[in-house]
Amino acid sequence: MNPNFWRNFARVTFLIVVSAFVLAPLVATVLGGFKTNSEIRTNALGFPDSWNFEFYGSIVTDPSFWRYLGNSLIISIGTVVLTLLVGAAAAYVFAQIRFFGSRMLFSYLLLGLMFPFATAILPLFIKVRDIGLLDTWWAVILPQTAFGLSLAILLFRTFFEQLPKELFEAAYIDGCGYVRFFWRFTLPLSAPILATVGVFVFVQSWNNFLLPLVVLNSREVFTWPLGMMQFRGEYVTEWNRTLAFVTMTILPAIVFFLAAQKYIVAGLTGGAVKG
Amino acid sequence: MKSPTSSERMPLGERLRRGLSNGRITSVLILLPPALILFSLFVVLPLTESGYYAFFDWNGYGTPTDYVGLQNFERIAGHSVFHMAVGNTGKIILVSLLVQMPLALLLALMIHQKTPTNAVFRLIFFLPYILAEVAAGLIWSFVFDGNYGVSASIAQAFGVESLFILADRDWAFIAILTVIVWKYFGFHMMIYIAALQGVSNDQVEAARIEGASRLQIVRYVQIPAIKPAITVSAFFAIIGALQVFDVIIPLTNGGPSNTTHTIVTYLYTFGLTRLNIGFGSAVGVILFAAAILIAVFYQRIFMKKAET
Repeated sequence: MNPNFWRNFARVTFLIVVSAFVLAPLVATVLGGFKTNSEIRTNALGFPDSWNFEFYGSIVTDPSFWRYLGNSLIISIGTVVLTLLVGAAAAYVFAQIRFFGSRMLFSYLLLGLMFPFATAILPLFIKVRDIGLLDTWWAVILPQTAFGLSLAILLFRTFFEQLPKELFEAAYIDGCGYVRFFWRFTLPLSAPILATVGVFVFVQSWNNFLLPLVVLNSREVFTWPLGMMQFRGEYVTEWNRTLAFVTMTILPAIVFFLAAQKYIVAGLTGGAVKG
Repeated sequence: MKSPTSSERMPLGERLRRGLSNGRITSVLILLPPALILFSLFVVLPLTESGYYAFFDWNGYGTPTDYVGLQNFERIAGHSVFHMAVGNTGKIILVSLLVQMPLALLLALMIHQKTPTNAVFRLIFFLPYILAEVAAGLIWSFVFDGNYGVSASIAQAFGVESLFILADRDWAFIAILTVIVWKYFGFHMMIYIAALQGVSNDQVEAARIEGASRLQIVRYVQIPAIKPAITVSAFFAIIGALQVFDVIIPLTNGGPSNTTHTIVTYLYTFGLTRLNIGFGSAVGVILFAAAILIAVFYQRIFMKKAET
């Protein structure tokens, strides 16, 4: 055998071992939802002896499960829409209009890139409580948007500055104002960066745990990570139910990932590198 | 843009009039305030407030009146659980730099070329990163569960006593580090892959024709070419380590006997759940200072070099 074969063999073996490390816990989770608890104890990794659909069934027919997902969806969409609109508007001003103090304000808005979200979580809790937003969707949407603005504005401004200047000059001569130009031309032309930032913000919001944990106390408004922890607390010894719950919540994430792969990878790594 | 530049030289009054008439100032006044208000209200204000609350003993009701000076900071500095939390954060940084990043780099070198099989592996390795941290923590707490989980079933298969990894003071944090590597190596790998794909094939080809071995190409061509990406990913690893919270809660919740806290779970457990707003704010201030210091030093030392 030539050395190339063995090198390739070693390479593929290594890749398969790492894949197994990545996938085994996930496979055990999906399969665990089909097993009885006594079977999980003896056979956590293999296929179930008999496929029990009752645990998945009880999750899917549980209205609170759908309410958790619904809350998460509303909060995520709200955060995305608000971040894109508010962030793009501000970035457009910085890219297009020169005015006194613009550089200073730009640096001010980028401060959010510098420190972890958790540093301000306690005063944030007090603030949200004092405004009277506790246990509402806004309690999560508004702070998430505020913290996401820095990166969004940075990426949007870079993109807007690369749009052809001639376009604006032509529109300007035709009597198109700044605000209308932003709405009619800049936003539609910026679909790729809007999608990238939008997907990034969506994933972050969908997976967020700390902020909802702090500002949401009522199960009516729980997002799915909170609901999942609650569920886990109720069925401590019944792993199959918890695993079915986990599977049902990570499934949409995986489907979404496969569908929007291009934007997710670009948003999560490309955005990070540029930042 | 011609008109704004030419208007620079006009007197202030004229500039203002022009600005208003072509909608420049109105546009700024419409488009900018939403971002400024949101950002000030929910980012900057809470941040400055934590600098203020940190000097009070306050349970969050009414207004803070019980000024205690530096007492909160002294209590934190003398608290062994906090020392442990800082140490744990340090361990996360070390494992990220010494295990996670080399693994990610190795994998990136193996699968950066665009082939269908590589695409599948890339997808698999990136998968944990898109899952919620809480879900990852919960899945792994099932894996480590010595009573009902995967650990239990493996122990039974080998006929040995079950291990309770997450309840063991020596092993619990090692388990957490495993989960962190599992969750994040794909992210670093993707950064390297993006960078490696930007390295021109000619360089690699040229080195090969010169007789360089595969290892030499990696060592002298590819790694130097993606150094900026490595610098950035190390930065993310460090800043990320400062913020670890979500995975800890379902895995150990800081236990056993408070040995697996990170700075943020410490802040949450001792600040928020006990409504010690002043104390928790002081932890927040320390975290903030650490993040800023790291960012500034890192930029001084590495980023500058990477740019030039």
